[in-house]
Amino acid sequence: MKHYSVFAVAREALRQHTGWDRAWAKAEPKKKYDVIIVGAGGHGLATAYYLGKNHGIRNVAILEKGWLGGGNTGRNTTIIRSNYLQDPSAAIYEKSRSLYETLSQDLNYNIMFSPRGVMMLAQTQHEIRGYQRTAHANGLQGVETAFIGPDKVKELCPIINISGPRYPVLGALWQPRGGTARHDAVAWGYARACSAMGMDIIQQCEVTGIRRDAGKVVGVDTTKGPIDCDKLALVTAGHIGVMANMAGFRLPVESLALQALVSEPIKPVMDVVVMANTVHGYMSQSDKGEMVIGGGTDGFNNYTQRGSFHHIEETVRALVETFPMISRLKMLRQWGGIVDMTGDRSPILSKTPVEGIFVNCGWGTGGFKAIPGSGWAMAELMAKGASPLTEEFSMWRFREGKFIDESVAAGVAH
Amino acid sequence: MLTLECPYCGVQADETELSPGGEAHLKRFGPGSDIDDFEGYLFMRENPKGVHFERWRHAYGCGKWFLAARDTATLEVFGTYPAQTTEPPQALREAISAKRPGWRWRDFA
Repeated sequence: MKHYSVFAVAREALRQHTGWDRAWAKAEPKKKYDVIIVGAGGHGLATAYYLGKNHGIRNVAILEKGWLGGGNTGRNTTIIRSNYLQDPSAAIYEKSRSLYETLSQDLNYNIMFSPRGVMMLAQTQHEIRGYQRTAHANGLQGVETAFIGPDKVKELCPIINISGPRYPVLGALWQPRGGTARHDAVAWGYARACSAMGMDIIQQCEVTGIRRDAGKVVGVDTTKGPIDCDKLALVTAGHIGVMANMAGFRLPVESLALQALVSEPIKPVMDVVVMANTVHGYMSQSDKGEMVIGGGTDGFNNYTQRGSFHHIEETVRALVETFPMISRLKMLRQWGGIVDMTGDRSPILSKTPVEGIFVNCGWGTGGFKAIPGSGWAMAELMAKGASPLTEEFSMWRFREGKFIDESVAAGVAH
Repeated sequence: MLTLECPYCGVQADETELSPGGEAHLKRFGPGSDIDDFEGYLFMRENPKGVHFERWRHAYGCGKWFLAARDTATLEVFGTYPAQTTEPPQALREAISAKRPGWRWRDFA
């Protein structure tokens, strides 16, 4: 792997950019790997990267049905924050946010992390109390957040209408170290680093079956033939139910469509991320100038990566009241992704009833922010059999009643 | 937009008129039941990619609960039927078989 640097750019500029290598190698499956990871999205690639980097396990294949980073990694609104209420969530999301800070340097790939600050608006009395509680909890967890008043909100984001008739802005939970990153670059950066460690990233290779012997995984069947493995990680987000069905166990997960949209590009108008959970909408401005907008999920099971139009209408209606200046903007594109929702809106990073199979799923509507932390924790779980970051996120927590209830804490924009 | 026919009032109801109510034909396991059954009833879901049976309520219409058979991979609707039943009607199952030979959902096929 050639090192990316300002000198490399200068050198290539002088020779018409003819010397760049492919970022990652094209691979065909070998007969056997120590670890197979199903799903080459952010979480799968990050898991592979930290298996190699932290634990020296490099005989790894990452299988992808479509193309790398083409699922939810390429379909989210790129928000990074860690202002969660419960301790286990704060631990893994804060680990993730802190890894994002130096990820460009670690991967030698510019993921364009922009710690511009994330603001979650309090628009009812209940939300004020809820976010004050979260700010106190974050203080104890070592996550830097603060509850700020409406004047400070207006100062940080002048385009907000704080005296809206239905839902005035009464304050906000402010995380100055939150922000955004370039989502595709996160997947590409991890893929390049995995490939450089000798791992095989095999795209357009769909897993069609999981082979087991005496309650232990021995390999997978794919559209490119059978491949053996000692350990198998299922990291397929919305399609995790399909994988679990192949492996012969059930998960407390349902797959729903979540949509996002972007406007035409305009000059810089906001340099923070704003989430308005009461009215179901959140918005930030991309480096290209597009307003990136997300809202709530559909209410019914769906695998089509298309959502219902009325959700877009509700989201935009809510945001127009909060940001009156966007009322004349044209929307350019809309898309959907299939999110895997658990009952308590917290992820599952866990062993499974089948020995050697691990699952990393249930990130629901908030997976992008967690990519580095999730990969870090999952790699530790797979290499050592346990990780302090994943302990509470077992798939058996539901039967034990040990929920990590973030659905109340995080509201819609999780 | 998803359109379901309400089996009670016969209205072709738009999605905005309906409330989704999750998986259909769940068997309730109450206090004193086996822990696996109780966990399954409360949390585990079929979540299939394909034929699925769901509860819906005609919330902004007659207000009644009904059941629907859909394909989650294509959004095709196979049909709706009243909620006062413990399994999908035979005619509907045959209609699904005509379009999705070999389909299976829990113990129904």
